Formats: sequence, structure tokens, C-alpha cells
Amino acid sequence: MNKAKKLLYSQKVAPYVFVLPFVLSLLIFWAYPLITGIIMSFQEVSFSGYTFIGVKNYVKLASDKFFRVAVLNSFEYMVLTLLLLVPIPMLLAVLIESRLTKARGVWKVILYIPALTSVVISGMLFRLMFSEGDNSQMNQLLQALGQSSIAWLKSKGTAWVALLLLCMWRWTGVNMLYFVSGLKSIDNSIYESGDIDGANGIQKFWYLTLPLLKPTIVYVITISVYAGLSMFLESFMLWNGNSSPKNIGLTIVGYLYKRGIEKNDMGYACAVGVVLLVIALIINIAQLIATGTIKVGKNKGED
Amino acid sequence: MKTISRRDFLRGSAAGAATIALSGILGAPAFAEEETEYEATAVTTVGPDDGTHFELWSFVDVHNEFYANMVNEWNELNPDRPIQITFSTYPYSDMHNKLMMSLQAGSGAPDICDIEIGQFPNYSGTDSPLYHLNDALAPYEDSLVTARLDVYSDADGNRIGVPTHVGAAVMYWNAEIFEQYGLDYKSVTTWDEYTELGRQLQEASGGEVYLTSVDTGGVDWLWVAMAEYGEDWTGGIGGDVDVQIESVTKMLTMQQEWLNEGIAMISTDGHVDLEAGFANIMEGKIASFPKAMWYMSRFVNYMPEMEGKYDITTIPVFEEGQINSVGIGGTGTVVTNQCADPELAAEWLAWAKCSAEGEAHIWNDLGFDVCNTELWYDEDFAFDPDNVYNTFFRVEPHSVLQELADNDAIGTIYTTSKSPTLNDYFCTTTLNYVLEDGWDVEDALQDAQDYLDFELEQ
Repeated sequence: MNKAKKLLYSQKVAPYVFVLPFVLSLLIFWAYPLITGIIMSFQEVSFSGYTFIGVKNYVKLASDKFFRVAVLNSFEYMVLTLLLLVPIPMLLAVLIESRLTKARGVWKVILYIPALTSVVISGMLFRLMFSEGDNSQMNQLLQALGQSSIAWLKSKGTAWVALLLLCMWRWTGVNMLYFVSGLKSIDNSIYESGDIDGANGIQKFWYLTLPLLKPTIVYVITISVYAGLSMFLESFMLWNGNSSPKNIGLTIVGYLYKRGIEKNDMGYACAVGVVLLVIALIINIAQLIATGTIKVGKNKGED
Repeated sequence: MKTISRRDFLRGSAAGAATIALSGILGAPAFAEEETEYEATAVTTVGPDDGTHFELWSFVDVHNEFYANMVNEWNELNPDRPIQITFSTYPYSDMHNKLMMSLQAGSGAPDICDIEIGQFPNYSGTDSPLYHLNDALAPYEDSLVTARLDVYSDADGNRIGVPTHVGAAVMYWNAEIFEQYGLDYKSVTTWDEYTELGRQLQEASGGEVYLTSVDTGGVDWLWVAMAEYGEDWTGGIGGDVDVQIESVTKMLTMQQEWLNEGIAMISTDGHVDLEAGFANIMEGKIASFPKAMWYMSRFVNYMPEMEGKYDITTIPVFEEGQINSVGIGGTGTVVTNQCADPELAAEWLAWAKCSAEGEAHIWNDLGFDVCNTELWYDEDFAFDPDNVYNTFFRVEPHSVLQELADNDAIGTIYTTSKSPTLNDYFCTTTLNYVLEDGWDVEDALQDAQDYLDFELEQ
């Protein structure tokens, strides 16, 4: 065997060769932009190049009222989507997996299809459905019920109904599939022993299904937290651009886009991005500690 | 039993963090979808292979058709200096994003590019990456509306963009409605008379027809008011923004009164240049509105049923003797610093958009009011009965334009580096406060000024 071959067959080197693509992509597409972004957040970026301006971007950010609006909106959106997109898909999954349900595949497909449509298209459809004109679907519905038309997308309460409906319509099926796969991994014998102990349906769900689904629930919450915080395209499409009346649809990423792309202020936009990263990390880590996924203070072996 | 391991979780959250970080830095995941969907809709190459080759980007398909015509005409007139251009049409925001990125990165930008006026300030600041067009525009300078050249200049007065049209603001009237109720709109010259006409229309139609619709998502009305008083809230290039000015206060107060009296409505979805606005016009819900000359093409393209029903006049004024129009909207075409032969590109560009040959295409094909005012008086050019715009309305558009030119009535409002912030705050916040929520105008303008002073650090 020549040297190169020897190296590849070596038990010490081979694993590194296999992980190399992942490490490289992590370095090039994650670490590099992350570090550059953090550096850029301390700079002013113009056609002539980059100038360091210290923490000026962050100081301004601290008293920027639109940024506060954006953070608040993103946070509210995240909380509301968590409240809707964890329990509802979970119940749907339990129903679909129930022995009494017929044509499970059909239900799954129907619920999953919206996830395959582009946000651009679905946002446009929702914009037309919730248009303030008298001939939009929702206003027609109101008129049929004897009410007068509403400017749906102009006040926060009604606009967020549209926004959350859009989100639910798109993501319920996806989260449901996570729960379905979680349910499938629960051993049937556990339910049988539940039956022997005389548990009814609700008790079985509460004392058996729910605890055993915990890993899936934690996973769904984790991805929903960051999906909620980084929401942008839905709002962008619903209001046909990044400007909504009184900024009711402005999100953190929307604000980042506004500063970086629309107002050509990349340094400031990077500062917004860094703050978003910090917020998301704090929430997710706190959540992972609270659910016991990350253990603090205990020297625990590998699982 | 399958569980998700701790390592999986950490990786999951790391990936989540990475995605957020990326979206913070590159805008990658959020816009990935856009990127793939928004490929150039049309790429065409026009001109002989031995010609000097240029890349040209636009966000309007018909602009590129126009340029293609001008390439062919140029090559016939200049067989010794042929050019070949590859045209790409991208959606509006996509094109401007790509242009910004490629100019900042120093490679990948087109040689020639359309830039919408609202985006122009992003490219015209210090260290502008755009080629100076002073020499190329010199032969045409005298016959063009200077205000239109000024809006595409940098702080030192160098010309860096070639205008397409004036975009003179005029008043559109649904003459059929006024005739139906026996009301005379033609004699209206002041806003007081206009308001009075609105009351009459309200009474005659039983509140069915609104005089006009006021915008919460656009600042055209305010531009008109500023032009009338000779004010400019941007303070001009390098100036300080001041929104607490007479014109803006008066216009907003007046609009608020219209809404309180029920003679005007709030534009559905924010302004009239949208599907909902077209619907209001076609259904006869609103009877008049001010808009730039280029809005004529919206009638021809989207509201062909309105042929023969609409009239165009000049806009009412607050006080006798004021001017009554302003150039609104537009596209400045630029030569970038990445162009290999900027001199030739600039010469072609200036010729294509400013020569009599080019202007004829701009008026006949695109329906825009051209920047060369001499042509407005040219009988063959301006009143050609084959031009659809001359027959669609109850008036030939150039007779209105001549009236404006005779009175020197087209003012200038600058679009400066502060304009995006200013417009954004008004269209999202201030106009909603005043027109939707009924805030006191003074309070709303004070709020806007406070924010703008903070944001613009002035």
C-alpha cells in the first residue's frame, strides 16, 4: 500500500475525511458569514469600503422605536404560533393515528399540501382574501352575515388573524407529521398495559402519550421558536412589501431587510441580525434547559 | 424505542441559530425562495456580434423593448460603431438588490441599468459607483426639463442618470359622472372650489360617489401641495428634513375635513395605483384624483372600459397664482463604473432617451410625457391621432402639458438620501394617524419630525 492509501485506511484519519464536507460547509456557510456579520455590525458599509464606527450601530439600535416594534411583533408572533402550532397538530396527529380513523393517508396529504406551496403564492392569496375592498372573500362573508366590511390588514387585531391563519394553514401539516412519527415510535405494549390497568382514552393520552412524546414536543418547540422569530416572507407577501400600516407586520428580519437592502445600511442591518441571534439563542437555550434536554450542573455521560 | 438524542438537539438548535445568523448576514433563507422564483423573466440580445457588447438590466419589460428598438436604430445610423446589448428584466426589488450587491462587491454589475427614482439616492451619495454623464447629456441639456436632470445628479451637480419622463402631476376626472349629475368640474381652479364641488357631488349622488380618495400609502398629494407652495420637505440635496411646513399641514387638514364631511374616501389598499384603486375608478366610486401623466398607461392597460369617459386638467391650487404640478416618479438610467466602454455606453444612452427619435418612442410606445419640452409643441409629435393616448381621453394630453409649460408650472421635489426614511414613515405611520385615526395634524407632524430628527441624526 502506498502512503496515501495507508492514510485513508487509517482508523484515525478516515473519520475526519468523512466529516470534512460537513465541517467545510459549516466553516464556509456558517462560521464565515457569522463572524463577518458580527464584524460588520461594528462598521459603516459604503461603496468606498468599510469603516469601523465602534458600537454606534448598537447604541442607535437601543433607542430605535421601530426596532422595538419589530422585536415585539416577532416575539408575539412566536408565542402565538407556539400556542397554536404545538397543541393543534398534536391533537390532529393523535386523531389520525387513532385506530378508528379511516383513510389516514388522505388526511395527511390534505393537511400537508399547503406546506408545498410557495409562501409568495399563499401570501398573495391571503392578501386578496383579506383585502379591505367590499368584494374580498372575507368581507363578502361578513356581508352575508349582515356585517359591514372591515379593513382587515390595517389594524393589528384583524391583520394578525390573517397572518396566523396563513401560518397555521401552512405549518399545521408539517408539525403534525413530526408528531405522527413521534407517535409511531411509542411501543404499543405500553398502551396494552394501560388497558389492563383500566385507563380510559383521556388518561392514556395524558399519562402515556404526552410524556413519551416529549422529545418530539421539545423538537417542535425548538424549531418553532426560531421559525417564529425569523418570520419575514409571510408578512412581506401579505402586505405586498415591507411596509405595513403603523408597522403592524414589521418583524425583526423585516427590519433587517429594510435597513440592509432598502436603505443600504448593511452595518446597521448586521447589528439587527446579531441581536436576533442573541435573542433566539437565549430563548432556545432557556427552553432546552427547562425541558431537561440540556442538563446544567450535572456531569452526565453521553447518552 | 426511538428518542431524539441530546446531540441531535444541540445540532438542531445550532442549525437553527445558524439559519438565523445567516438570515442576519446574507438574508439567505428568507429570500432563498425569492431568488429561485425571481429569475430574470426575459433575457434577449440585440445587435451584431461584432458590436461593442453591453449588459443592461431593467425592472420593466417594456423599457427593454424600447431600448432594443433604440439599439437597432443606433446601428443603422452608426454602422461604424455598432453596439450589441444583452437585456435582462428582473422584478423591481430583486433587480435593485442585485445591482446594489454587485456594485458593492465590485464585480457582476451590468454596464447600463435602470434605477427607480425612489432607489436612486442609494446610489448617488459620496463615492457613487456611477459614471458621470455630463458630456453625453450636454447636446440635449438645453431642451430638457432641468428639474428632471437635477433629480438624477450627485451632490456636486454631476449628471449620473438619464431621465425617462417628466411625470407631470395632473387631475383626472370622470367626466361622465359629473355630466350625469349636471356638475361643472372644468371651472374648478382652487381647492376651495374643489371641496365645494365635492359637497355638491355628495348631495347629488346621495353619498354614493366620492369626490376622490386620499392616500395612506403614498405621498403624491403632499408633493402636489409642496410644489404649489414652492416648498420641499427633504430640504434639497444635503438639506435637513422638515415636515412641519405650510403645504403639508394644509393638505392634510383639508383631507381630514373631506373625510369628516364624507366627501372623500380613503384609498383602498393605500393608493390608487393598485388593483383595488382601478376597481374604485371603474365602478365610479371616485370621480377624480390627482396623479402623474404616466397614470394614463394604467387606463389603457388595465381600464380600457373607461375610454372616452375620463378628462384631464391641471390640478387645483390653494391660492391663485401658485404653480400646480410636479414631476412624480420616474426611472433614471445609469452607466456603472464596471462598464468597459462607458463613453460609448453613455453616448448611446443619452441618444436613446433624449434625442427626438428616442422621445418619439417614449411617447408613442410607453405613453410617457417626454422630458424634451420642445416636442410638446411639435404638431406631428404631440397630436398624432394614431397615438392611443390622444384618443382615449377627452382631451389630448399635450394640450394640458402645454398649459403647464406655458405657465412654467412644474415644480421640483427632490428625492434625497433621506427620502426613503421620510416616505416610509409617512406611508406606514403619519398618514394612517391623520387619515385613519383622526389625529390632530400638528401632533402627527410633530411626531414625524421627532422620529426623523432622531433617525436621520439631523
